[in-house]
Amino acid sequence: MRQILAFPQLGDYQYPIRRLLMDMTHLEVLEVPPITKKTIALGSKYSPDSVCIPFKYNLGNFIEALEKGANVLFQAGGGCRYRYYAEVQETILRDLGYDFTFVQIIGRDHLRFKELYHIFKGFNKNLTRKNFLKNLIFAFFYITYLDKIDEYIRHRVGFEVEKNSFLKLKKAFIQKCNKAKNIFSLTKIYYQYKKKCKKIKINKPKNCLKVGFIGELYTAMERYSNYNLEKTLASYHIEIKRFTNLTYLLWKKALFLPIMKRKVKKYCKYTLGADGMDNVYRVLWLKKHGYDGIIHTKPTGCTPEIGAIPILMRAAQEEKMPIIFFSFDEQSGMEGINTRLEAFYDLLTLKKEAQK
Amino acid sequence: MKTIGLAKGLLYYYYHVLWKSFFDALEVPYIESTTSTKKIIELGKEKCIDEACLSMKIFLGHVEYLKDKCDMILIPRIYSIEKKEQVCTNFNALYDLIRNLYPTLTLLNYNVDVKHHHKEKEAFIKMGKQLGFSTSKSYHAYKLAKQKEQRYFKQLEKSGEKKLKTKKTKILLLGHPYNLQDEMIGKRIYNYLKEKNIEIIYSYEMPKDKVNEEVQKISPKVHWTMNKQLLASFVYFKDSVDGTILITSFPCGPDSLTNEMILRKRGKSKVLLLTFEDLNSDIAIITRLESFLDMLKGGIHL
Repeated sequence: MRQILAFPQLGDYQYPIRRLLMDMTHLEVLEVPPITKKTIALGSKYSPDSVCIPFKYNLGNFIEALEKGANVLFQAGGGCRYRYYAEVQETILRDLGYDFTFVQIIGRDHLRFKELYHIFKGFNKNLTRKNFLKNLIFAFFYITYLDKIDEYIRHRVGFEVEKNSFLKLKKAFIQKCNKAKNIFSLTKIYYQYKKKCKKIKINKPKNCLKVGFIGELYTAMERYSNYNLEKTLASYHIEIKRFTNLTYLLWKKALFLPIMKRKVKKYCKYTLGADGMDNVYRVLWLKKHGYDGIIHTKPTGCTPEIGAIPILMRAAQEEKMPIIFFSFDEQSGMEGINTRLEAFYDLLTLKKEAQK
Repeated sequence: MKTIGLAKGLLYYYYHVLWKSFFDALEVPYIESTTSTKKIIELGKEKCIDEACLSMKIFLGHVEYLKDKCDMILIPRIYSIEKKEQVCTNFNALYDLIRNLYPTLTLLNYNVDVKHHHKEKEAFIKMGKQLGFSTSKSYHAYKLAKQKEQRYFKQLEKSGEKKLKTKKTKILLLGHPYNLQDEMIGKRIYNYLKEKNIEIIYSYEMPKDKVNEEVQKISPKVHWTMNKQLLASFVYFKDSVDGTILITSFPCGPDSLTNEMILRKRGKSKVLLLTFEDLNSDIAIITRLESFLDMLKGGIHL
């Protein structure tokens, strides 16, 4: 039987991950359909009630992929509940009567290259260690460049003169990157598009509103799960700073951890689990760099963030930073979120005008 | 001598023998908070955000109750008890959470993080140091306390074995000890079942050395040390009891997934899932317990 691979969605990272899987296994990788209301409806129908939202989105993705003919499913793992997703999702899907192979990339507490190599070797017998490393480094650069371009765009997107010009640029960038043959051509494309990005006309006032975007990782990275919050913010002409991206989670976090620990000593003595302590650090960082407000997002029932929120509240209060908390679940009503966001925006503008 | 406060919630129920015998050996006075009441929950709810789990609210209520009655409070911070495993992230954040909620309160240092080489022994020695005892003295006290804890575990095992031999209807109460032994959660079920003359077996009454072996049969990849025990005890007891009641507090993170695992892999054993929230009245629980007991008997025949 022909093997078709599939993996759950995570924002724009589906492209580098898809490319990585294709290069490694030389098998067909399914383009998982974009998340819609149907995805989350399917996911929450078969999920346990009080589980966090990423589980439901991922399960919905898997079901849709299986319906489209995928038969090898990939799931990663990490800390908190995410590490246990794979096993429960596999059980649920098997109970639903699907026939598939399930692969968990990070079975233990962190990524091990040897484990990864043996997984891919099982799919592609011709895979050599050299090729494995080459593909891995390519994916690594792809993700890094994608995040960097994203950061440039996030600084400018709220002030674009021509509508959707940045969206078009990013789409073109991703298309070119998908066709890149090696790291050198990838780097070339990146610098080319960085130049292009800087050339796009923007109308940015000097003291525009600046907002930091912190919180749990899935709701930060997956657009659908946070109801396109970044887009809405951009439509208010706000500059956005978002910390969580795949680059951060893969290697920056480990590097920054000792520094962060030292900086947040006043509030945290130990790590709080998942991104809890990072968020406390970010509050202090945003204050230091002159940001106007903070938006915190999390899925309903996210345990590490619930533990961190009282600390965040105290830190924000002492630093005099306005902060707003959003808790997302599977309901798709936009109005409640927009109303709160508007009120927050009004508060920030009033505060800014009072400062003048 | 300074008095130490022990809040009766969360990790207290895992470690109370160890802690109390450690302080006894060092002759440090300590007080415990009262059993949980509705007022304790109310106190905790005020301090906490809405989404925190019920057990957490109860714990905060106990801390609130204790804060004026003692000089120091023992708030454990646990990241991992065993290598390559984790615990619920609430236990990671608990220490800092209390520190931020009560900036003036003195907390005892207690940090266990085996993954990053902070062993339990060191935690106790550091705790002894903070109380003004030498390393050797606190190490000795820790050793004594550990022996006492082992004896306590043996006792639990034996009582579990004894309960299995009775001919009464047997029901396994499965949940975290801090839920099972809490006056507002597990004790309500215990009281009701005792009235009906039913033998109750707690999930922590299984032999500790069989956990790793039993858990392989249901879920080999589970990484929460405490939920691993629950899954293992379900497999261990499921054939010898008549029914199982899963007790969980809303919205417990690890339980949300492991309970699903138990419900999906229960086979023919009868399982009832009860989720507790701070609004619960006894009537709702009793109705469900009644129908569960009727089901165990084989249904109502009118």
